[in-house]
Amino acid sequence: MHDNFDFSVTDKILSEYKCSQQSIIAILQEIQEHYHYLPREVFPYLAGKLDMSEAKIYSVATFYENFSLEQKGKYVIKICDGTACHVRHSLPILERFRQELGLSADKHTTDDLNFTVETVSCLGACGLAPVIMVNDEVYSAMTPEKASELIKKLKEELANA
Amino acid sequence: MLKSRSELSALREEYSKAYAAQSRRLIVCAGTGCVAGGSMKIYDRLKELLRERGLSVAVELEVDPHGDIIDLKKSGCHGFCEIGPLLRIDPEGWLYTKVQLSDCEEIVEKTVLGGEHIDRLAYKCGCNTYKKHQDIPFYKNQTHIVLDQCGTINADSIREYIAVGGYTALEKALFDMSPESITDEIKKSNLRGRGGGGFPAGRKWEQVRRQNVSQKYVVCNGDEGDPGAFMDGSIMGGDPHRMIEGMIIAGIATGASEGYIYVRAEYPLAVERLRTAITQAEELGILGNNILGTDFSFNLHISRGAGAFVCGEGSALTASIEGKRGFPRVKPPRTTEHGLFDKPTVLNNVETFANVPLIILNGADWYLGIGSETSPGTKAFALTGNIMNTGLIEVPMGTTLREIIFGIGGGMRDGAKFKAVQIGGPSGACLTSEYLDLPLDFDTLKKVGAMIGSGGLVVMDDKTCMVEVARFFMNFTQNESCGKCVPCREGTKRMLEILERIVAGEGRDGDIELLEELADTIVNTALCGLGKSAPNPIISTIKNFREEYEAHIYEKRCPAGACQKLKKIYIEPELCKGCSKCARQCPVDAISGKIKEPFTIDLSKCIRCGSCIDACPFKAIKEA
Ligand SMILES: Cc1cc2nc3c(=O)[nH]c(=O)nc-3n(C[C@H](O)[C@H](O)[C@H](O)COP(=O)(O)O)c2cc1C
Ligand code: SF4
Ligand code: SF4
Ligand code: SF4
Ligand code: FES
Ligand code: FES
Repeated sequence: MHDNFDFSVTDKILSEYKCSQQSIIAILQEIQEHYHYLPREVFPYLAGKLDMSEAKIYSVATFYENFSLEQKGKYVIKICDGTACHVRHSLPILERFRQELGLSADKHTTDDLNFTVETVSCLGACGLAPVIMVNDEVYSAMTPEKASELIKKLKEELANA
Repeated sequence: MLKSRSELSALREEYSKAYAAQSRRLIVCAGTGCVAGGSMKIYDRLKELLRERGLSVAVELEVDPHGDIIDLKKSGCHGFCEIGPLLRIDPEGWLYTKVQLSDCEEIVEKTVLGGEHIDRLAYKCGCNTYKKHQDIPFYKNQTHIVLDQCGTINADSIREYIAVGGYTALEKALFDMSPESITDEIKKSNLRGRGGGGFPAGRKWEQVRRQNVSQKYVVCNGDEGDPGAFMDGSIMGGDPHRMIEGMIIAGIATGASEGYIYVRAEYPLAVERLRTAITQAEELGILGNNILGTDFSFNLHISRGAGAFVCGEGSALTASIEGKRGFPRVKPPRTTEHGLFDKPTVLNNVETFANVPLIILNGADWYLGIGSETSPGTKAFALTGNIMNTGLIEVPMGTTLREIIFGIGGGMRDGAKFKAVQIGGPSGACLTSEYLDLPLDFDTLKKVGAMIGSGGLVVMDDKTCMVEVARFFMNFTQNESCGKCVPCREGTKRMLEILERIVAGEGRDGDIELLEELADTIVNTALCGLGKSAPNPIISTIKNFREEYEAHIYEKRCPAGACQKLKKIYIEPELCKGCSKCARQCPVDAISGKIKEPFTIDLSKCIRCGSCIDACPFKAIKEA
């Protein structure tokens, strides 16, 4: 698998940041933005290019919650459970998404890698609570019913793609 | 590239003229809330409609406009997102609310071409209609100093920022003042850190300025980790240049030539606007080497956070910028001495920096005239919860909770009864009605065991369970504990376990005392502010609502009727018409039945979310 991995994306990102160790977080962020997670293959590669130990890069990647070593779904659904959304009942919305997709507190991504469901604390749209975000798009004043409709719509999008 | 002060002044004159000459401005709110409501589609539609009518549309301030031009701009958040998407119409200053795509045609025909106000789109409250933004009660009782341009100027344009007087304070600092006199002015103004602690900014600047080291840094804390607060995000996304101007002035005052803005990962819009703003400032020679032809250089970088609340803490934040794990370290040494890359560093919050240009421009005496004696100036708060008007507000320090909740906030939602207000997020406290007339400033809050913190204000009604609130915040801090020190790592875990037990109806005799004991240990022995303040929400709820804890533990009862596991939800067979609405709302399929016959709830599946209660048109679902 290692031999087949295409490092051109990683190379481009590395050169953008001039292979600087200090930029490791930004480099990992850009890699994750491309792949939606951090593929294992990039760790030894980065270690070589940045002259850092692989363990050190892993330790950074696992410290920050936004990095994922697991592959994520095409649609990453983030349900806000910040204070404003929590007091306006974000929990039933989370439950509905999990139920629709057969996910749970321990299983975040569907086996077909289409959907990931996670929680987040505040998306900066508290006035429209409860809110969720699908990839980069924010949906406001959510209800469990709207959650089901959204999943239906996204599944149709996938079928037509 | 501007090479001197006079070149900037000349440019400002040109832009100001162009700005004043705009005959018709449409400003679409492009803050996170309104974008979610579809404001960008409205923007595109307006552009299309105007062009169809043969009008020229300017999306950037044009110095030499030809013919009839309509200015169509995007602004940052106005703070009152729940009435969005918002469209501001200038020169009249009208505010259109809840604008839909289908309204665009009428807006172009009636307002743009006919100069007519569309009453239907104005904000209404009771029997009053408010045409202008500043007449709306929500805004009328506020004092906008830091936020006054958020929502009125084009957030993507340095030209507009300059046109309305932007970078004049920088000019003054660079050409009329010395680093000492800038620092003295900030010291005299008693500007106190808006990131929560309230430490005087001038004192920090002085400590950094005095050190004779060649490399120093200015760092802006835009991590805004409090879940439920979005002031800093709105400033960065709505008026990015003001904060940048404050940072450059801090650089001049302290002799720092490099600056970093650390932005929370969940604010992609703010990052985008800051990037645009930095590029624009660099192109004009306001950032970069030899600013405005002087020998002062200042380069600004953006670091994006990666989802760790603890990185809002100073030493963890600088570690994160350096590309390390965000572990706090023992202090002293202070950030002002050994900060970023071990160099003297000024670390201030977004709102703190945004105040700086105003103080430099208007003087410390002007600033001291606003707010309270020991806490001058204003403070932005995120007002949320069970209140009529939620949103982002700015009020003078010393304003009372009553003025905020019942004046600006319009009182409780649905006639509910006020119970408490949580202030300061996960490090903060819950205050009861006896504190409603307390003036909000750094010192009075400290005296009652609370803190301004980040500025989150969550208003709670009598249906809110205070033990559950304590659990919510403890769950947050426990998750975010970096694990470096034992009292915080293990202590918060124990506290959370106990709180989870209590709300589940499994509390035991002695739990309250155990919580108090653990809280005491963590407060006194944790390494950083996260741990030290983590027990605050619990300490304050035990102090003010001890009987609620006792009811959960000894009577297995939630007095607020909120704790799900202590609730019983049932359908009254006589009232149920068998319409199945409730079953469709239930997220876990706990409700079943035959159409037109009474439905039933399977309590072993039910998670007591309450959705079905709201869904039933016949009020047949009850809880006990
Ligand atoms: C756990 C923790 C989280 C913090 N989060 C933030 C934050 O999100 N934003 C912020 O400005 N300050 C935060 N602070 C306070 C900063 O450590 C620091 O005091 C502040 O940024 C200094 O700026 P100021 O003096 O202008 O407020 C946090 C502190 C702790 C202990
Ligand atoms: S108090 Fe908590 S967050 Fe702070 S260093 Fe210790 S474990 Fe980490
Ligand atoms: S309270 Fe929620 S989980 Fe329980 S039956 Fe009603 S909708 Fe379903
Ligand atoms: S919504 Fe109300 S009336 Fe309809 S089935 Fe449910 S309980 Fe019965
Ligand atoms: S708490 Fe959900 S958007 Fe702020
Ligand atoms: S985003 Fe438009 S008012 Fe807040």
